[in-house]
Amino acid sequence: MTKTSFLKRDEAVGFAILALIIFIVFPLMLDDFRLNLFGKYLTYAFVAVGLVLCWGAGGILSLGQGVFFGLGGYCMAMFLKLEASTPEATAIQSTPGIPDFMDWNQISALPIWWQPFNSFGFTVLAILAVPALFSLIIGFAMFRRRVGGVYFAIITQAIAAIATILIVGQQGYTGGVNGITDLRTLMGWDIRPDSAKTALYFVNAVLLFACLFIAMAIRKSKFGRVLVAMRDAEDRVRFSGYDVASFKIFIFCVGAMMASVGGAMFTLQVGFMSPTIVGIVPSIEMVIFCAVGGRHSLLGAVYGALLVNWARTTLSESFPELWLFGLGGLFIAVVLAFPNGLAGLYDDYVKPRLKLSRRNHAAKPSNPQLAE
Amino acid sequence: MADHKKAPFPAMSRRAILAGGAAIGASLFLPKGLRAQDFPTDQVNTTGLAVTDDTVQVGILHSISGTMSISETGSVQAEKLAIEQINAQGGVLGRKIETIQEDGASDWPTFAEKARKLLVNDKVASVMGCWTSASRKAVLPVFEQHNGMLYYPTFYEGLEESPNVIYTGQEATQQIIAGLDWVAREKGAKSFYLLGSDYIWPRTSNKIARKHIEDKLGGEVVGEEYYPLGHTQFNSVINKIRLKKPDVIYAIVVGGSNVSFYKQLKAAGIDMTEEAPLLLTISVTEDEIRGIGGENIEGAYACMKYFQSLENENNKEFVAAFKEMWGDDMVIGDVTQAAYLGPWLWKAAVEKAGSFDVDKVREASPGIELTTAPEGYVKIHENHHLWSKTRVGHAMADGQYEVVFTTDDLVEPDPFPEGYQ
Repeated sequence: MTKTSFLKRDEAVGFAILALIIFIVFPLMLDDFRLNLFGKYLTYAFVAVGLVLCWGAGGILSLGQGVFFGLGGYCMAMFLKLEASTPEATAIQSTPGIPDFMDWNQISALPIWWQPFNSFGFTVLAILAVPALFSLIIGFAMFRRRVGGVYFAIITQAIAAIATILIVGQQGYTGGVNGITDLRTLMGWDIRPDSAKTALYFVNAVLLFACLFIAMAIRKSKFGRVLVAMRDAEDRVRFSGYDVASFKIFIFCVGAMMASVGGAMFTLQVGFMSPTIVGIVPSIEMVIFCAVGGRHSLLGAVYGALLVNWARTTLSESFPELWLFGLGGLFIAVVLAFPNGLAGLYDDYVKPRLKLSRRNHAAKPSNPQLAE
Repeated sequence: MADHKKAPFPAMSRRAILAGGAAIGASLFLPKGLRAQDFPTDQVNTTGLAVTDDTVQVGILHSISGTMSISETGSVQAEKLAIEQINAQGGVLGRKIETIQEDGASDWPTFAEKARKLLVNDKVASVMGCWTSASRKAVLPVFEQHNGMLYYPTFYEGLEESPNVIYTGQEATQQIIAGLDWVAREKGAKSFYLLGSDYIWPRTSNKIARKHIEDKLGGEVVGEEYYPLGHTQFNSVINKIRLKKPDVIYAIVVGGSNVSFYKQLKAAGIDMTEEAPLLLTISVTEDEIRGIGGENIEGAYACMKYFQSLENENNKEFVAAFKEMWGDDMVIGDVTQAAYLGPWLWKAAVEKAGSFDVDKVREASPGIELTTAPEGYVKIHENHHLWSKTRVGHAMADGQYEVVFTTDDLVEPDPFPEGYQ
């Protein structure tokens, strides 16, 4: 871990720069199409921020964050799908008024567990509560038994695989491989035009900053310090009388809820949800976003998600037959050349120079803060 | 019905065209009146598509990475061949087609992203693309919102009729009913065992098959089972089949699972050449047989609209041109041929409309005929699917099908079949 001391002012400046980029630079520089793409990239930043808390601060590497991303996305998609499946819009089906994929699978009535998703209030609650509950169960089962490290990572990966198989297999209830598609309106508001996509981009950005502030608050609190202590010497924390498992469960739940909010925003901006976003590969990609950004840095996670996804889009547009190699090269470069990601680069190269130049302006020593 | 034997372009010029020495040949065969200067750009393109005085841009959107790339490569190749041939003939309304290829990467959100990119940023005049239903469902709202035109090549489950898609493959009833009728009539089949991979296409297809077997043929379905995509253990279902002794195994297994299924069937002592039970599939084209191995599926029957072995002049031309462009070891399956139709159907519609505008192309599309299709003659129906013949092929050990039956008439596409829902 890099024990760098940093100023509160640095943090504020960092936040301000990111806000400037997301709220002003992107909307001014990018056309509607690109802005919507960046909105999609930013939904992955929610997951990456959650991973910085779990993995960077707490040392819990989860390779199953796609599951929580998917839970949020599916909750939102279910609400939107029900709204789109009015009896008039689905008059051609054997059973009008239910989602089209249910009709194709010979289901003739809306399942009971779908019905609460007619309510937007319930849906918002579910987006937060379902992943929280699910991660609580996983966390309880794992951390109480002191399962950790690589074993925990493998189990979360298995959960991602199981979730995909379950969704694909239960296609009458979930839309199967196709996912839940053709979503149209959110409480009467058409989410498909460019104007709506732009509005959603800003909603997304505001929510992301809310998550960043929550994450920052957690890191600054005593709880955050216990987390770091736990990561570095779990037994010592336990012997000091702390209930290590509860701390881990809590932070795992927070990470899951953040991923879920990202998933819900993904559904709104992309217009559908499918099992390809839930499985092992996307879950590992989410860890890569976090690693590229720097797993110890909250802001770095956002930049990581943006950079990797932007590179993926740009490379695949320019070199449709070779882009995977380019992306692979980028990951190898990250691991070999700068293991602490973008944030590590900043800490090692940019910050010392900034500090130096600032010292020259005002020779005042800085207050050492808790390590990032 | 129109003349089936007209080649896509005069046979004697094919080599010259493909060799690139086409300038003279192409201008000779350029249909009169289709010179770009006769169609000023501001008149043929009123909606700001990527059309200039001498070029028009068209998108190709398939997976060239990820699990679906094996299946979709043939479609990309066929589309590129068709576009090259069209250009050699002078292009569309005198304009050369330029392609912009994007990789859907076997990932549905990526398909949606790339479709938006092609329509919004590149303003392509049409898109040839998608393969799985899931990818089509993902891009459909994008095409409807931005008013694009998609030419979709795969045989699929139906239940869809978008004004922004031309479906160049068969929908489920076209593919299924003729085959079941044939097996009941010619082979006296009474009992059927339905099985498939677990997703929308096999399930919908089997739903239609079951209705047809029970209501129209007076037969019996003795079993119906589904396995997850990628499933490789078929021993339990094979045992059930041996127990139930159906006349026909009706198999809609897709992708890699096919390899295990047919090998295990053979290993379990079910020799398909004995036809007891007979195996009828709608999911195994020549492409899949390359993976399965001809000797493992010899004797099975497949029901679709195109086989590489079709005996007609159009097809001979097509197969030769395809192999010349992409290599002698290439095989051509049903979907590859359907993908080849896309650019030709689009060209015909544009020239009928005298415009690249999507609305005008859509209006002109129903009734468009193609006498030069490798499968024979096709025509676009009001519902944007193709009238086409359905054929039954008998799998040979060399990986090809021998065509044993062709419907007399074109089969009408019926994506929302009454009585089969």
